[in-house]
Amino acid sequence: MAHLTPTPALEPGQDKTMILNMGPQHPSTHGVLRLLLEIDGETVVRMMPDIGFLHTGIEKTCEAKFYHQVVPLTDRIDYLCPMTNNLCYALAVEKLLGLEIPPRAQWLRVMMNELTRINSHLVWLGTHALDLGAMTVFLYCFREREDILRLFEAISGQRMMTSYFRIGGVALQPPLDFFDRVRKFADRFPSRVDEYEGLLTGNPIWVMRTKGVAKISADDAIALGASGPTLRGSGVDIDLRRDMPYSGYENFKFKVPLGVEGDVFDRYMCRVRELRESIAIVQQALAGMPEGPVKANAPKVVLPDREKMKTEMEALIYHFKIVTEGFAVPEGEVYQAVESPRGEMGYYVVSDGSAKPYRVHMRSACLANMQALPKMCEGRLLADVVAAIGSIDIVLGEIDR
Amino acid sequence: MALVPAVTDIQQLKSHPAIARLLSWNEGAVEGVKFDRDEMTIYVAREAIREACALLRNDATCPFNYLSDVTCVDWYPSEPRFEVIYQLLSIPNKERVRLKVRLSGDNPALDSVTSVWVGANYFEREVFDLFGVRFNGHPYLRRILMPENWEGHPLRKDYPVEGYR
Repeated sequence: MAHLTPTPALEPGQDKTMILNMGPQHPSTHGVLRLLLEIDGETVVRMMPDIGFLHTGIEKTCEAKFYHQVVPLTDRIDYLCPMTNNLCYALAVEKLLGLEIPPRAQWLRVMMNELTRINSHLVWLGTHALDLGAMTVFLYCFREREDILRLFEAISGQRMMTSYFRIGGVALQPPLDFFDRVRKFADRFPSRVDEYEGLLTGNPIWVMRTKGVAKISADDAIALGASGPTLRGSGVDIDLRRDMPYSGYENFKFKVPLGVEGDVFDRYMCRVRELRESIAIVQQALAGMPEGPVKANAPKVVLPDREKMKTEMEALIYHFKIVTEGFAVPEGEVYQAVESPRGEMGYYVVSDGSAKPYRVHMRSACLANMQALPKMCEGRLLADVVAAIGSIDIVLGEIDR
Repeated sequence: MALVPAVTDIQQLKSHPAIARLLSWNEGAVEGVKFDRDEMTIYVAREAIREACALLRNDATCPFNYLSDVTCVDWYPSEPRFEVIYQLLSIPNKERVRLKVRLSGDNPALDSVTSVWVGANYFEREVFDLFGVRFNGHPYLRRILMPENWEGHPLRKDYPVEGYR
């Protein structure tokens, strides 16, 4: 629990400030975030976020699981972009193992990762607009999100907690008509983004609520550890997909949208333009999708195909071994960072040579982005706090872990 | 992508910009280096961590201006027990380096880097909360994830996974 005591009045006779408690049950905090606000009239003098309501000790749990058992836990950290977390963890363990992934699996990962980004941005756009009073956008965004969730269900059997990326590749070959369905969606989607933009970008009410609100400078954003659209909205040109490519991102061409002012509107524009870039990456992935296996040839690490288990004794033995004993990972440590929809998602995995990770630490983009929140809000109106929270796109599951 | 053995010889690695910068400042600050799986780790002396971070942040040719992460590993029961880990990123040069400080299990404490990066605040609070490592000079060193009245530090290895019941 955080504490905030009012600053004493500067001069006798002057009104004292007031402490206002916002959350943890507040619709615009996107989960269980509690904010302590010291307000002077309508102006926020100080702000202190209070977190930890959703802390479930995932890092501790990871230490008691085999490496492959950690994959489903990573879904649950950030429930809006499960595949990004799967990817980051899988890449980290593959780096520890020195495992090479077949090209088809890499391209599938890129494609699904970008669909996840769109999914996450759609939830952000819908709820952010809803917070600021634009209800229609929410309904439109969730219409397209439903399409993506159906695609997820088709490829992994799950709508949200997909666990589709595994150590050494992906879980399954995609179903036969899958790419056609993705193509249909990708062809339709840019016009849908036009629809959202038609509702918001030029809308005078939207512009008034977002332009010049909750500004943060590039230097402040870097010093506070902000990342992703929160950092790029202030004009810092970094995107890990382009600058430190992983999982074959070097084969894709895309632009990195940047803001100038670092206000809510710029962060909004960054994300909306990212929607278009992401769908362009999905198109490229569809066009150049290689054929071949989706799992690495490493029988001691990767679970065998179901069919093989019914016909081959060795496959059955490997399956039994992996499930009951896990697999040993060579000693070492790895920090793998990926560009999640919210910023730099990093997994720091330490192995002591056994079948269970010695330490798994998740660098949460939201946790660092939230440190920028007081900087954005202090000295501004109370109503702008809602806009600022929406603009940094927090997921409390990832902050509290 | 077969695994190659880690390089730990400081003479082989001293051309790396971060190591060169630290060595030219204070040879005693660098306790060791490791280059493993394309990642550079520098072991920094406990007393020198704040100044080493400030030095790397403000370096003219390769500024490691972004603090990605601060975390900790507990090597209980061996000594030194704790390793505090800083992941640094150079936004202009797109390079990463990892700094490590080893701490004994007996009253672990080191200097806070919040004066170098304001953003270290929450990360250090998290390490304090879950490992019980103290950061001297931190502006608000309180529990962040666990309840205020919690006893013990859950991510320590001598803390049971199910907790105390």
